[in-house]
Amino acid sequence: MTALTDPMGFLLFTKGPLFNIAIAIFALGLGARLAEILLLGRRPNFAEPRAGEWLPGLRTVFTRTLPDPGTFKRAPFNVVTGLIWHLGFLVALLLFIPHIELIKGLFGVSWPGLPNPFVDLVTAVTLVALAATLVHRLNHPVKQRLSTVEDYLVWAVTFLVVLTGYLAYNRLINPYPLALGLHILSAELFLILLPFTKLTHIFTAFIARWYNGASFGRRGVQS
Amino acid sequence: MSPIVNPAANPEVTAFNLERGLAAFRAEVDGPVAAFFSSCVHCGICAQSCPFYLETGDPKYTPILKLEPLRLVWESEFTLWGKIKGALGLQRKVTDAMLAEWEELIYDSCSLCGRCSMVCPVGNDIQAMVRKSREGMVAAGHAPEGLAGAAVRAVKTGSPMGLQWKTLQVQIKHVQTSSGLTVPVDQAGVDYLVMLSSMEVINFPEYLEAITKIFDHAGVTWTLSTQCFEATNAGIQIGNKDIAALLVERVVDAAVKLGVKNVISPECGHAYTAIRWEGPNLIGRRYPFRAFHIIEVLDQLRAQGRITTEGKELDRLSLHDPCNLARKSGVIQQQRNLMELVAEQFVELPEHGRFQWCCGAGGGVSSSERAEPLKLAAFKRKKAQIEAVEPERMVTMCATCRTQLEEGLEHFNMDIPVVGLTELIADHLVD
Repeated sequence: MTALTDPMGFLLFTKGPLFNIAIAIFALGLGARLAEILLLGRRPNFAEPRAGEWLPGLRTVFTRTLPDPGTFKRAPFNVVTGLIWHLGFLVALLLFIPHIELIKGLFGVSWPGLPNPFVDLVTAVTLVALAATLVHRLNHPVKQRLSTVEDYLVWAVTFLVVLTGYLAYNRLINPYPLALGLHILSAELFLILLPFTKLTHIFTAFIARWYNGASFGRRGVQS
Repeated sequence: MSPIVNPAANPEVTAFNLERGLAAFRAEVDGPVAAFFSSCVHCGICAQSCPFYLETGDPKYTPILKLEPLRLVWESEFTLWGKIKGALGLQRKVTDAMLAEWEELIYDSCSLCGRCSMVCPVGNDIQAMVRKSREGMVAAGHAPEGLAGAAVRAVKTGSPMGLQWKTLQVQIKHVQTSSGLTVPVDQAGVDYLVMLSSMEVINFPEYLEAITKIFDHAGVTWTLSTQCFEATNAGIQIGNKDIAALLVERVVDAAVKLGVKNVISPECGHAYTAIRWEGPNLIGRRYPFRAFHIIEVLDQLRAQGRITTEGKELDRLSLHDPCNLARKSGVIQQQRNLMELVAEQFVELPEHGRFQWCCGAGGGVSSSERAEPLKLAAFKRKKAQIEAVEPERMVTMCATCRTQLEEGLEHFNMDIPVVGLTELIADHLVD
């Protein structure tokens, strides 16, 4: 085995043993979190419903992605930066050709990607938007009050994943194996933290939205 | 500490304590609660939906922050991560001091309007969790005096305001004299059992006369019950399931005894959500009757062609949707159909229906004297909406909203009378 201090050795370590460890912690941790939620269930509801739950629940899963016009008017900066970086993150994660290749190698499924220069531009925009959310978190009185160490930790790891990807693609860290290794390492940190921090919302927000939509939908309100 | 009577569990006055409070918080944790807390990203958008935050600018009123005690109970007892943190002594605990601090956040600065639940990007039903948190607060002995008093009076006298049947009887006589019609009392087998709210009986006696006229006009059979006339539920507002269930059982007993097919909740928002949505779950079974808000019944009668009106109100009218009716119960189009019958010039408030703004007085806020300054602050949001469309009168269908609108508009020297929709319909019936 090559020493970890050697860039190639470091890259191989992040791609090999560390990757397996990260995936295992992520999968077990997330599984436990989802089980904790779903096993709790709900009590029976004896009130005569106005409508079903499934359809309104599913509708809310989608519609909550965009705010109502009034909320948008009251918090445009929060909404726009949030949407931009989430979208940018998803584009970089799922439509960057090397990422698609990795997913294909792991799961055997693939889809078309976007041209590299385009993803590169999206990544740069994402970094700017992420920086903007940090400034907002540090300055808005509500966010100041709400924020905990975890919020800053999660922000840092998310930023790091995108930043190292950007640096590696643009060959701004040398040698390249070190750059790629750092990117993979930060992605692994992200995966390891995911089940134990607010990053779980990546999965649980859809459950939360469904419960919300189902509860309101049952009462005849589209939420 | 506000000791309150818990009749179902214990006939004597019981001082609740932290341990019972924590048990009550624990009992409220379910799948949705776990999904909601797992999903919060501290984005702060919920603050932008809360009149108490927006009108005071104080970030402590951010809706999700109001749930911190419930969140801590969930994290420490329902997550593996929280248990590990607990074992390492890193988990923050819910204390009496914390709950004392949170009393203002969970009661005084939350009208349970549910707007936050409509805007949270991850879908957290924050309002439902504030309602749940109140169960823990009561059991821990941290409920506001004003609400505790109302709950005790509701249990002891049947009315949160201590109103008795004989007061209502006087009003019935007045209604009969002025309308020339009979107000049916304890009539078995009729279609509708009509419930009232004490606030309505005291502040808006015109409501009883209005339904007496409308039901006579539409040929509806109905009755009041001497056994139970109060529709409101102080147990739900304060957050005590035992009291809430007892109050619901009284309505159910009266309805069953008279063998009615339907129960009508009055022009009161929380009474409607209490009987319509929470009631069956509080008593753990389905009703042998159906429950409606008076506005739903009036709109059904309109649709059946049983209400014929003549003439219209000529001034510029706007409508305040009660949170409990619109956002929390989906009664949105019905009041607009009825307005069309009687309003020549109807103008909507900028945000209405499911996205309406609360008057600031619901969810027990108006029952707590201490909350008066916050209640008035929250009203400023409604005031701004009203100013934007400059109506000559406001129409609504909830006695608490109506009182708050009247008092608030008066406070700000705005000469805009407030009228109940049911009366408005009664005024235009064809003889």
